[in-house]
Amino acid sequence: MPESLDESTVRHVAQLARLSLTDDEVAQFSIQLAKVLRYMDQLNEVATDDVEPTAHSLPITSVFREDAIVSSLGVNDALSNSPGAHESMFQVPKVLDQGDS
Amino acid sequence: MPDKNLTTRTIVGLEIHVQLRTRTKMFCGCAVEPDAPPNTCVCPVCLGHPGSLPVINRRAFEYALLTGLALNCEIARRTKWDRKSYYYPDLPKNYQISQYDLPIAQNGYVEFEVSGVPRKIRIKRAHLEEDAGKNVHDVPGCTLVDLNRAGTPLLEIVTEPDIETADEAHAFCTELQRIVRYLGVSEANMQKGQMRFEPNVNLSINSDGKEFRTPLSEIKNLNSFRAVRNAIEYESQRQEAAWLADPAYVQGNVPNENRGWDDEKGVTEFQRLKEAAHDYRYFPDPDLVPVELADAVIAERRDSLPELPASCRRRFVSDYGLDAKDAEIIINHRETAMLFEAVVNCGGPPEIAGKQFINVWLMLANDRNVEVTELGVEADRMARLAKITAAGTVNKTAAKSLAEVMVERQEDPSVLAEELGLVQVQDRGATEAWVSQAISENEQAVRDALGNPKKAKAAAGFLRGQIMKISGGKADPKLVGQLIEQKLEQLRSDT
Repeated sequence: MPESLDESTVRHVAQLARLSLTDDEVAQFSIQLAKVLRYMDQLNEVATDDVEPTAHSLPITSVFREDAIVSSLGVNDALSNSPGAHESMFQVPKVLDQGDS
Repeated sequence: MPDKNLTTRTIVGLEIHVQLRTRTKMFCGCAVEPDAPPNTCVCPVCLGHPGSLPVINRRAFEYALLTGLALNCEIARRTKWDRKSYYYPDLPKNYQISQYDLPIAQNGYVEFEVSGVPRKIRIKRAHLEEDAGKNVHDVPGCTLVDLNRAGTPLLEIVTEPDIETADEAHAFCTELQRIVRYLGVSEANMQKGQMRFEPNVNLSINSDGKEFRTPLSEIKNLNSFRAVRNAIEYESQRQEAAWLADPAYVQGNVPNENRGWDDEKGVTEFQRLKEAAHDYRYFPDPDLVPVELADAVIAERRDSLPELPASCRRRFVSDYGLDAKDAEIIINHRETAMLFEAVVNCGGPPEIAGKQFINVWLMLANDRNVEVTELGVEADRMARLAKITAAGTVNKTAAKSLAEVMVERQEDPSVLAEELGLVQVQDRGATEAWVSQAISENEQAVRDALGNPKKAKAAAGFLRGQIMKISGGKADPKLVGQLIEQKLEQLRSDT
């Protein structure tokens, strides 16, 4: 594992999380993220050949609920923590799809 | 680019989202209610509030299982749930719960017919996931979000790229709609967005023995079978033109893309380059435990499957002697197929009952804008009409008139036939008198029938129609046909 992640990877991950980073931050995170990955890399030292892949840590499976309607929050409560609302709708900054005009 | 040895093959795989017919959402008890006012069917789970926990809707899971079985899939003994990163406000958790590497169903197939020719398309997988909410762009400068739809259960069905023509895609989608409706797992109403199609289209172009593959286009926003057909046709022509204009338009050189279908203009339009699968950063959802299915449960559900359209179609043709075309129409809706079956079980002769379904009952239903099962004519009376038609008590035309009255009045068709004077007259003398009258009243037609080879057939048909009319629909068309031939033959030898 190198000392720092290449910058294009950092920018790509930032883009996926919708974060805008300055050049200084990209340089800083390149080093920090490489450290995190090196730390996680230690897991590769554990012998797991005979261990079944685990999707979940709990020893239970197949938990269902019946298809029965439960009352919802109500529109006022639903919107009460929203940064913005307009006529019963959540209001957010305009969604611009990449490549859209 | 001049090229004598150019062959182009269209390659299509389909992704289909089917909304399952549940009362509540996939992971919470909020009602699935498309007409509810905005944000009235939401709770901490589907709003993605911290600390809320999703729980699987049993009915949605059962429906997915049934559909997987109906698509001849292998059913996973163990399935799990994964988070698919998705950074848009219409799914406020910032991920969609889906199934990544252990889908509930995989490796199946669908058998159907394209214009009477059998086809088999392989199913790669089918998995459960949740729908997103709706973004609305009514107010300038911002986006408004209604999360009522967020969390609605969807079954995503993915085919192998086995489809080679737009017609095949059309036929496949139609059959899939029939299958989920026969199963009762979805209303599959496309106007309501309960069934949505996304074809992946590219071309294999063979030029002078070399193969070129154009980049994949995933076409969005298709909400009718016609749009599926037109979009695939358009896209394969567009890609061929793009490659002819620039031979560098091949996979590897040019990235895959998402395109939208504009139904009015009849064109696909570039939307964005496709994010590679790993950008979704799937990982197991720690909030949901896996589902295990015992072999016995799977076997029991397989046994409980209703008869599916493909089997009905085969059986109606082989056992009942229906035309493939008629069978296709009758099996289109399960209720119609079941009613037809009931008519046959009540002793209706299948071939005549089949023709009457096509030419009488379905037309009457269509005129009244109802389903054939809603006409108010039960299987037994339909069977009796088919029986008296087969026995020659009434002819086909009279049967049609009778059927119209049967819709209005809960009477036996034989009783109505007597009352309305529609019982077919087998009497030779009476029929001969009608034939003579028609011949003397229609000189031109008689001249054409005798002396004008181009019009002879139409003229004879016209005369037959006149005789039926004179008889008030009571003449036996077969007897009329015989007598009119005799009469014309006689006139021919007289001249």
